[in-house]
Amino acid sequence: MQLRRVVITGLGAVSPFGQGAERLFQALVDGESAVRYIAELEKIQGLGPHVAGLVQGIDIKDIPRKIRRTMSPMSVYALLASQEALDQALVDQDLRTGGRLGIALGSTVGSVGTMEDFFEDFLQNRSIEGIKSMLFFKIMGHSCAANVAQTLGIAGRTLAPSAACATSCQAVGLGYEAIALGKQDLMLCGGADEFHPLTAATFDIIQAASTQYNDRPQCTPRPFDRDRDGIVCSEGAGLLLLESLDSARARGADILAEISGFASTSDTSSIANPDPEPVRLCMELALAEAGLNAADIDYVNAHATGTVQGDEAESRAIGDLFGAHTPVSSLKGHMGHAMAASGALELIACVKMLCTGQIIPTRNLDNPAVGCSAVALPRQIENKDLQTIIKNNFALGGVNCAIVLRRFFE
Amino acid sequence: MTNDEIIERTNTAIAEEFELDMNELVPSASFKDDLGLDSLDAVDMVIVLEQEFGIKIGKDPKILRIRQLSDLHSYVIDKKNAFLN
Repeated sequence: MQLRRVVITGLGAVSPFGQGAERLFQALVDGESAVRYIAELEKIQGLGPHVAGLVQGIDIKDIPRKIRRTMSPMSVYALLASQEALDQALVDQDLRTGGRLGIALGSTVGSVGTMEDFFEDFLQNRSIEGIKSMLFFKIMGHSCAANVAQTLGIAGRTLAPSAACATSCQAVGLGYEAIALGKQDLMLCGGADEFHPLTAATFDIIQAASTQYNDRPQCTPRPFDRDRDGIVCSEGAGLLLLESLDSARARGADILAEISGFASTSDTSSIANPDPEPVRLCMELALAEAGLNAADIDYVNAHATGTVQGDEAESRAIGDLFGAHTPVSSLKGHMGHAMAASGALELIACVKMLCTGQIIPTRNLDNPAVGCSAVALPRQIENKDLQTIIKNNFALGGVNCAIVLRRFFE
Repeated sequence: MTNDEIIERTNTAIAEEFELDMNELVPSASFKDDLGLDSLDAVDMVIVLEQEFGIKIGKDPKILRIRQLSDLHSYVIDKKNAFLN
């Protein structure tokens, strides 16, 4: 069976830096930090992290109430990012609604804030009489995908993978495969999440959250750094419009990059602690699908969240496969870990890096850790003729993903 | 509470919940055609009014017959008076 080539024709982002893929990339180029002290977190007994990267500058009232009523913040972020991606790709109304476009969009969980609203009332009164009708639509697992599809009239398939922090690269992978197999011509793909103290608590409880930089928020997280102490949670949405090359050509669409490989594997050695070997295998599978060798890759965009174990395992895997000269960086030092949105937001940045020939270094990397030193870690922006990038995205639960991007050529 | 006060409080609660302009809330306004509300909004309207007036509406079949704002005003006035009596 002949698989179709899949290209990217649109990008959309809502990040802790604000709205827009351009805003995101400019902040990364400028080396900004989106991490801030959050006073609300300090009021929670036992919670170590008091920092997060929260979305700023979004006025939800811009979305009509009738559409917004079923949306928690993550769906709002996803809708805004989706509209941006479709607008950039000049996808007209007929194409949006005609069935050729589908969506693969996930989140780690449904809206925890909405669940909190429900249980606050329910546990006190053991009654559902005061529960409003929109609650379920905000907490269902496919809330973001359903809300975006409903609002934009996307009549193709609605997929909503949920694989914690690897959600959005899985979503991109599902979209890529659906197009490659000829099931859809276009897929809007990505992830979204909204911050809740429970998210930070989850990582704090398993001792994977950053807690030592509450008085210096912009100094954390610190991927690959000697003094890294864990994850900083953030929020947002990243959406990419994937399209068959035939469709993009027929429309005269501007092609930003090509997706030439995707792999997702399970690390069954542990539900929480990553092992380098399955990570390496996942990257190898993605490369094989792309028909590339490790030596062909110009840059590795790491998942690296700033945890002691995770960064070391990933850098060992990357070092084993790519050696000590291929540049590697993580973007979480700038914007924290946007959970289900992280993979897509970082993939968007990778597309921008590919288009502009710039490698963004890891923010807060002052002293590379010994355990992470098997790879090349740029300390400043590198200008390079980038042809190929591999993007990693991993999750608790042992989910590994890797995507190979390449500059489009006929 | 006078009937006018009930009408005023009803309109205020609805305007806030459904982000409507008070000027739209004329007695003849159709919930569906003029105010753009649907059956899911009706469910939430019941909750808002129960909380506003401390009354019990629940799944009262009479609520299903309400079409325009004046119908709702009459319903709430009757309900409130019945509660007081």
